[in-house]
This record gives sequence, C-alpha cells and structure tokens, in this order.
Amino acid sequence: MVEATTLQRTLPLEGRVSSGPRVTIRPAPTAQRVSLRASADAVSAVSKGLGVDLPITPKQSARAGARAVLWLGPDEWLVIEEGERDLLADLGRAKALYSAVDVSHRNTAIVVSGPAAADTLNAGCPQDLSLEAFPVGACSRTVLGKIEIVLYRTAEDVFRVECWRSFSQYAFAFLAEAARAR
Amino acid sequence: MLLIHCPYCEEERPEMEFRHAGEAHLERPKNIAEISDEAFAAYFFYRDNPKGVVFERWRHLHGCARFFNAARDTVSDKFLTTYKAGQPKPDLVGAANMNIPAKSGKSGK
Repeated sequence: MVEATTLQRTLPLEGRVSSGPRVTIRPAPTAQRVSLRASADAVSAVSKGLGVDLPITPKQSARAGARAVLWLGPDEWLVIEEGERDLLADLGRAKALYSAVDVSHRNTAIVVSGPAAADTLNAGCPQDLSLEAFPVGACSRTVLGKIEIVLYRTAEDVFRVECWRSFSQYAFAFLAEAARAR
Repeated sequence: MLLIHCPYCEEERPEMEFRHAGEAHLERPKNIAEISDEAFAAYFFYRDNPKGVVFERWRHLHGCARFFNAARDTVSDKFLTTYKAGQPKPDLVGAANMNIPAKSGKSGK
C-alpha cells in the first residue's frame, strides 16, 4: 500500500546563513516569479493586470505591496511576488499579446545585507554599486563570478541576488567567501 | 576594465557583460538559393578584418541581452560609438584618434 503523503518543497539553500559583523547572507523565502516579455503596445494592459506599472526605464523597478517588477531589457521584465496573490491568474486578466513563463523554481534568491553588502557583491560583480549609480530600487541582470544573476537593491544596504537554482550553491559559497574579507 | 556603452541600457557597462558577435551590416542576399558558390562564400565566410575602424555586432548578453552595433578601433581597442541594431552606419568623420583602415582587397573600402 502506498500511503498518501504530502511532498514538502525545500529551498536549495535551506537553513544556510553566513553572518559577520558587517554583512549577512541568507536565502530569501519562496516566491512566485514570472519571466515576462511584452512589446510596447501591450505594456499598459499587462500593467493593469499585474496591478503594477511596468517600468520602461533601464535598470528601474516598480513595487506594489509584495510584488516587484524588474526591468531587464527593452521588452523583458522579471516579476517577483513574495505574497499570496496568484501571479499568473492576475496576468491572465491582461487582454494583450505577451509571454509569461513561470520561473518560480528555476530561480532562487539570496539576500545580502549589511553595511558591507555592496563591497561583498563587488568581489564578483563588476558593476558600480554606489548609491549614485545603483540607487535603492535599481535592478540589473549582470554577472557574479562565473554566473549570471539578477541584482535588485531593496534598501540602501540590502541586495537581492536572483540566481538559477543549480547555481545557488556556487553563489552562496562565493558570497560567503567574499564576506570574510569585508 | 573596458567599459562599453549599451544603447539599450543607456549607460556604460563592464566588458564582462558583453559578447562579440561578428561583423555588422552584412546583408543576406534575397536570392540566396540562386547565387553562385563564390558569391555565397563571399557573403557567408569572408570577412574584412581590417586594421583600424571596424563595425561589429555586440551583444549585451549578461544585461539586457540585446544585440547592437559598435564602431571599434582594432588598434587602440577604443569604442568610437555604439548604436542600436537596424540603424545605419554612423558618420565617424571627426572621431578622435581614429585610424582609417587601409584599403582591403575585397571591398576596397
């Protein structure tokens, strides 16, 4: 007899924390994520469905409640929903031609926080992370060491690093190693 | 590190985010099935490779992921300008320190 069981979903970095006096690195909680592609004429309809205006300026993000929309390219966004609202159902109400792919479990996220957060990231990320060049709310696809990440500054000293699930062990180890020198 | 101006991100970004993608402004012949082997080879395989200013495609692979075009000096590795894909070749007269490419055998530019 096979017993009915409930499968428990686990995060790839479950329980891992690296904390020092100036920077803390921990996995972010689960979230819904959608990779969104839409042409300029679909932007307003999709914004209405999402309840957030899609940012159309490079490197900018928009946020409403637990939902953030990150500009990745001229017709490409990453939507992150950390609350309970159903992201794909909301998008389904948008009457326009666009593409939305659920990447909730392709990506995982690491939160890097503390006064040395930018320094820690700069160990492997070549972008200028000063507040002038990368203010709060700025986001960008970029590189961290050998992998591609999406970087999102949620506060002056807090960054969210979105990376592919299979790269997350590398990303965490890289950041923890970099944090030792800060 | 070399900084490259991405025309879509509208700012200078580190070289590591970019990939080179070959010569720019190559036009695919409309009657590709009818042209001679020599004409096809000239279109498909042969590239100019001059010393001096070249027009190239680049891709902001680890950024906005868009292809764009750039004019680069192969002697100094200096990017003279970058512009969006589909735009015509810019007029570079007056660009600082540019080296005019020697006449190449193929197109005699």
